Amino acid sequence: MLIRRSTDILPSEITTESQYNSRRDWLKAAGAMGLIAGLPALSARDAQAQAGKLAGVKPNAAYGLPDGEKLNKFDELKNYCNFYEFGTDKTDPPANAKSLKTRPWTVAVEGEVLKPKVFDIDELFKLAPLEERIYRFRCVEAWSMVVPWVGFPLSALINAVQPKGNAKFVEFVTLADKAQMPGLRAGVLDWPYTEGLRMDEAMHPLTLLTLGAFGEALPNQNGAPIRMTIPWKYGFKGGKSIVKIRFVEKEPRTAWVKAGPSEYGFYSNVNPTVDHARWTQATERRLGEFGKRKSLMFNGYTDQVASMYTGMDLKKFF
Amino acid sequence: MAIHLNNFRSPSATFVQRVKWLLIVLGMMPLLRLIAGFPLGWLGANPIEFITRSTGTWTIVGIAVTLSITPLRKLLNWPWLIRLRRAAGLLAFFYASLHFTTYIWFDRFFDVDDIIKDIIKRPFITVGFAAFVLLIPLAATSKNSIIKKLGAKRWQRIHYLIYLIAILAVIHYWWLVKKDLTQPIIYAVVFAVLLGVRLIWKLRSVSSEKPPLVAKPPSD
Ligand code: HEM
Repeated sequence: MLIRRSTDILPSEITTESQYNSRRDWLKAAGAMGLIAGLPALSARDAQAQAGKLAGVKPNAAYGLPDGEKLNKFDELKNYCNFYEFGTDKTDPPANAKSLKTRPWTVAVEGEVLKPKVFDIDELFKLAPLEERIYRFRCVEAWSMVVPWVGFPLSALINAVQPKGNAKFVEFVTLADKAQMPGLRAGVLDWPYTEGLRMDEAMHPLTLLTLGAFGEALPNQNGAPIRMTIPWKYGFKGGKSIVKIRFVEKEPRTAWVKAGPSEYGFYSNVNPTVDHARWTQATERRLGEFGKRKSLMFNGYTDQVASMYTGMDLKKFF
Repeated sequence: MAIHLNNFRSPSATFVQRVKWLLIVLGMMPLLRLIAGFPLGWLGANPIEFITRSTGTWTIVGIAVTLSITPLRKLLNWPWLIRLRRAAGLLAFFYASLHFTTYIWFDRFFDVDDIIKDIIKRPFITVGFAAFVLLIPLAATSKNSIIKKLGAKRWQRIHYLIYLIAILAVIHYWWLVKKDLTQPIIYAVVFAVLLGVRLIWKLRSVSSEKPPLVAKPPSD
């Protein structure tokens, strides 16, 4: 152990009286503004944040920050959420999702597959190398963010369970537990929330089985411990807190299609030329900006995904 | 209890004046919160949406408060409450103007073509716009001198529009929510009660030949 003698102290480390006083003034001012009360909480949160970092996450250079984009803040992702199981206001999930227990957690993968299996969540964390991918994230409500997600392509899981030839679609079933999710009491949607993808969409390299964001495990209010991210589709296509993944022959009827078939389609690709029945999809507000941006076809992922939809009338299959 | 409802039947003019100012000051609180909250980050990750919703909410609340004055006045037998009605109505109009300004500024960026198209195309905007436009003549005829010029009868006829505005406001809200209808239902019930009692009283007063107490120009 190195014991520092007083002579080891650098002159720059010595607090002069005037510095001391100005610091005191600052503290007084901060105290007056009630900031002091928040300081211990803040540092506790920082410590937690450090502990929450996921190990072994490698940024995938192919999905870095898109040109001209800026990352949103983690706080924006955490405090502005659509997760109706915890309430319909954007601020309900951050307030109510603390009650969500994410361990133990299993995901049953079943249906038309050769190797159905119930995965423990910690097993899924090790199924494939964890990558960080920065995706645009566009909500059907015409707001958007840029988020560094952590996960791996869903195709890794699909290959592990070996779908049969008649598996044409994948259905995602999410948790519906009244004891943990106060929003379920309101019959806003037909619970459990379900979503679905066509097989080629599910196998697409952009389709990310998501376990984290901003280097940490997913916050509860963003769909912990496991959700889907399909960056060329509206955000609601990415089911949160998934408990079951089913391989099926017929197009599954998803929660929002059931709720409003004229307003929400199965595909729900980001498409600035097809408006929502009640609002325009031509523009969007990036959180943190005051202006509105023009929305991009397939949310800017046209090169990668457009070929899956050639010959389809996207006005009909919206 | 020393305080009895009767004590409020005919309070002094200064008391009424103070209550009116209290209403106006309280009515400014939501705006102050928006102004202070903007730099302080109280408005969340999407402050424009927050402002749009907050001003819309306070418009509809203002309309409800305005419409509850006559029934309260009758139920409590506090005739002086009528002297608060104009302030309540103008507060509603004030928030409606802020709400509309937020929309043309931060949602449409003063693009007139775009605004016209939007008003035609989106039913919830059409209805909200109609409600706002109909509020303008009410606000414009709120001054005593204008009321005198119009005469009570004509003033009253114009101000019956508030019933239509209330209904349009609920439809606007009903059509704009994505799925959770709780809030619009609450306002629908509130307005149904406020308009319902008027209807009942009107029918009763017709049968008993008493002059209706439905809409009456303010006396101050
Ligand atoms: C008397 C007139 C009006 C009333 C009472 C009114 C009331 C409301 C209310 C209660 C809300 C919802 C607040 C919430 O979600 O908590 C709202 C939202 C909104 N209103 Fe109005 N409004 C009126 C006029 C207008 C007009 C003239 C426009 C534009 C032309 C407009 C555009 C909007 C928009 C864009 C939203 C937000 C929709 C969203 O966030 O999805 N409103 N209004």
